[in-house]
Amino acid sequence: MKRHLISTGDLTRDDALLILDTAEELAQVSQRSIKKLPTLRGRTVVNLFFEDSTRTRISFEAAAKRLSADVINFSAKGSSVSKGESLKDTALTLEAMGADAVVIRHSASGAPHRLANWVRGSVVNAGDGTHEHPTQALLDAFSIRRRLGRLEGLKIAIVGDVLHSRVARSNVLLLHTLGAEVTLVAPPTLLPVAVGTWPCQVSYDLDAVLPKSDVVMMLRVQLERMNAAYFPSAREYSRRYGLDRDRFARLHDDAVVMHPGPMNRGMEISAEVADSPRSTIVEQVTNGVTVRMAVLYLLLGGSEPAIGGAE
Amino acid sequence: MSDARNPARAVLEGPDIHRALTRIAHEILERTRGAESVVLIGIPTRGATLAQRIAGRIAQFEGIKVPVGAIDVTMYRDDLRLRPARPLGRTELPPDGVDGRTVVLVDDVLYSGRTVRAALDALNDVGRPRAVQLATLVDRGHRELPIRADYVGKNLPTSKSEKVKVFLEETDGRDAVVLIKEDDR
Repeated sequence: MKRHLISTGDLTRDDALLILDTAEELAQVSQRSIKKLPTLRGRTVVNLFFEDSTRTRISFEAAAKRLSADVINFSAKGSSVSKGESLKDTALTLEAMGADAVVIRHSASGAPHRLANWVRGSVVNAGDGTHEHPTQALLDAFSIRRRLGRLEGLKIAIVGDVLHSRVARSNVLLLHTLGAEVTLVAPPTLLPVAVGTWPCQVSYDLDAVLPKSDVVMMLRVQLERMNAAYFPSAREYSRRYGLDRDRFARLHDDAVVMHPGPMNRGMEISAEVADSPRSTIVEQVTNGVTVRMAVLYLLLGGSEPAIGGAE
Repeated sequence: MSDARNPARAVLEGPDIHRALTRIAHEILERTRGAESVVLIGIPTRGATLAQRIAGRIAQFEGIKVPVGAIDVTMYRDDLRLRPARPLGRTELPPDGVDGRTVVLVDDVLYSGRTVRAALDALNDVGRPRAVQLATLVDRGHRELPIRADYVGKNLPTSKSEKVKVFLEETDGRDAVVLIKEDDR
């Protein structure tokens, strides 16, 4: 059977826990002097990036290489690739190269879904438009579980630009599957229309949500995707929804602060908070490699994938 | 366990297993001059349990604390592509590692030798032992690789159509080695 990782909504609770548990074991590999396993020898992973990315692309590349897979990086930046047919042509090229997995980032929501119908290998969504970013959600869940020891019953606030955030959607779906209670906090203009159908609560008031939260996940304000005025000014946004020193002090003592990066320091999060010991921001990057190793292993390591949704 | 279609018989009971492990512990002490610089590394899950038990006996006989660990070999197996990707076992290496030590690998059943080959590869990636030895509770024959055990609890002649299953108190609630005859289908 052919399986992909396109949405965290496709993951059952068992799938998600299997990924986290596998990652927990693989975390040791990153601490050894030989950070390599022979598991995916002879398999080819193509990184297909139609959109800018630093950490996700490097992270996937490191993960595949640590599992001894061959990695081909395809960066569409500067080329005339634009949607529809060209994506299909690219897919056919990948087919001809015999890619066992395609890791795709694309500015159009749904591009990985389309790709999955054209290639024989497994497709891993590394971020598509404003839709989903499943491996980010998995590494967030992994980071939370490592810090707080569990996910079940935790109160998690996701704050900021939910409208343009694929991280938010993936996290809401995954964290709900894993038994956490998620509250989205944002100005009404930065919430998607269909947010009422998501398995989470919604609030417009950050100060009311903060004291009750075990985890506060700040989202980047995605100015590059904003083609209209969603809030009066950066300063006003920061005053109502930014995590600064005063708000940070109101969190309870064990609460952790997360950010998927890249950060707008001083906008959604103050530098002081970002660099505090209760922030997991640097860990999240380290954990990213581990979690992506787990995903690639479970998709490619056996005769057939052990996780993910069928197409 | 035993019904008409799938007859199973216990070839080792609790006391037999206890005696076998006691003998292996004595043999390790003898062959390594009092377990000098020995590290016991079990292959999960039951090999890891057996390694703990052997270490317990060595401590009891000579009052030496031998470092114990476990090494998961899943990622090094040669049959990964024959089955769906499987969950990983626990790897726990002693804090001082395996460099320059005599590693005694411990597994429950020695059969084709492929698991041990994978374990040797896995060990190679975590350090450079001075020597590697192998202890197994049951050696059932049918080797497919040039591998042999240094310490054997019981040599058990089997046919390839049979299955050997080890039950241990810690994981299964009882101690037994069971031989299961598979039906010819």
